[in-house]
Amino acid sequence: MWLKRSRRNLEKNLTEDLTGYLFMFPSLLVLGTFVVLPILYAAFLSFQKVQLLGSIEYQFVGFNNFIRLIKDDRVWIALKNTAEYVAIVVPSQTILALLLAVSLNSDIKGKYWWRLIYFLPTITSSAVLTLIFMWIYNTDGLLNYFLALLHLPTYNWLDDPAVALKSIMIMNIWSTAPFFMVIYLAALQNIPQSLYEAAKIDGANNWQQFIYITLPLLKPVTFFVMTMGIIGTFQLFDQSYIFSGGSGGPNNATLTVVLLIYQYVFKDLQMGYAAALAFLLALVIISLTLIQRRLFGGEIG
Amino acid sequence: MVSKRLSWFVYIPLTLYAVVTLIPFLWALSTSFKPLSEIVSEGMNFLPRQFTFQNYSSIFLQEPLFLRWLFNSVLIAVIVTICNLLLNSMAGYALARLQFRGKRFWFFLILAVLAVPGQVTLLPTFLILKNLGWLNSYQGMIVPCIINATFIFMMRQFFLNFPKELEEAAELDGLNRFETFWYIVLPLAKPALAAQAIFVFMGSWNNFSLPLVILFSPEMFTLPLGLNAFKGQYNIYWNYIMVASMVFTLPVLIIYLFFNRYFIQSAMFTGTKG
Repeated sequence: MWLKRSRRNLEKNLTEDLTGYLFMFPSLLVLGTFVVLPILYAAFLSFQKVQLLGSIEYQFVGFNNFIRLIKDDRVWIALKNTAEYVAIVVPSQTILALLLAVSLNSDIKGKYWWRLIYFLPTITSSAVLTLIFMWIYNTDGLLNYFLALLHLPTYNWLDDPAVALKSIMIMNIWSTAPFFMVIYLAALQNIPQSLYEAAKIDGANNWQQFIYITLPLLKPVTFFVMTMGIIGTFQLFDQSYIFSGGSGGPNNATLTVVLLIYQYVFKDLQMGYAAALAFLLALVIISLTLIQRRLFGGEIG
Repeated sequence: MVSKRLSWFVYIPLTLYAVVTLIPFLWALSTSFKPLSEIVSEGMNFLPRQFTFQNYSSIFLQEPLFLRWLFNSVLIAVIVTICNLLLNSMAGYALARLQFRGKRFWFFLILAVLAVPGQVTLLPTFLILKNLGWLNSYQGMIVPCIINATFIFMMRQFFLNFPKELEEAAELDGLNRFETFWYIVLPLAKPALAAQAIFVFMGSWNNFSLPLVILFSPEMFTLPLGLNAFKGQYNIYWNYIMVASMVFTLPVLIIYLFFNRYFIQSAMFTGTKG
């Protein structure tokens, strides 16, 4: 009796196992081949000198690739550019997204249409946006035309090393803020109206309600928006590649870490060194996320 | 109630920002209908003085491969989207509902994979595709992209909240797990599938770095690469770039207008998972 039941259970467990793995199999195969294997492969490569002459040859070099990173001027330039980019773009797009969301969440007409318009840049390809902006940034393009009209200084947005990275920043703040706006909007709609009514009875004005109710309750979402922002901006590649035709110019002004990785792989064929640089970037992103989690306190799962 | 004074404070910045959002698109659209002579002259008129479809017709002469790029992009994006819908849902369903050994491990692995930035995997992926002989091919563009850890995770969360009673009823009716999944579960998961479809399609349609790395003969290019090719070494064909940009954006725009509701939902999905 007892034996029979345990046997039935065993059979049932086996079928469940089999079904489970049948459902998971395609995903595990692809995940294994194109995500897990590449990560391990990259770890292996970062300790090798790789020769790509017909077939691939590896030579173990220990920590040499990582030591070389420290002495490489272009790595420092790329890190500096990328850090500057993150430091300006992430706070700007977060604040802009919050402002837009709060405005849209107030009692206004045509919410649907505003949202429809604002979301447009999010669905447009980075290649298209970059090219359209390059067209607008032209020395005698639309932007300079408007600036001159308003008697503001004009710039050589594309070719002046002091300005080129800022041109990409403006474009990215413009194109990413709407996505985060939608996320803020969702969070705002989850704040119970009763909190604001209670505050009103206590005599709080709109501004005080925003500071003491809205902002604290949005903290988890802000953490999410900033984290996603940091991860996204640190990986800047498409825009600076198209902007500079892959060179990171003018004068290394738009050279980002990912663009540098790309150059080391496909221009200089230094696979091992590029893998080490990729790991450095991963390390920076992961530690920043952890630091930020600390700063935002323990309330976020 | 919002006071009249406050509503001005809201409407004016909202309108200004809407203008700022629309101007680049309108400027590109207007440029695509101008003859080259008008484009390079200094006028900043939004309405073309000389309205022409010539850029749209001659792009096919200037760049005979333009249609091919369009075809490549559509083919790849459609196959990638269909595979993602099916495979991510299957994996998400298994992780949410099936009891099998190693489940916790695989779930943890999928979460861990989400934390690794894409650049780490791009170079090894290139080398693996090279070994498979899949460089410069459709399968090289498709197979690495047919699943997505983010959406496996999203589908798992979705199926966790799915009513169990339906599946139990299906089991009593004699359906096996696959039939239950295919006939009962998937049709009811439509909102989550729509959200996923939009983001996967857009991701594939707009992808720039993978094709840049693995495609090298022009007839294999997808639109983003082709678009970049109009920006030649010495001449930038702004008229064709704008036409190509418009043709490139139109399909996504149409999908967006039809499924706007799901777009917002899916952004919220990704937004609330943190």
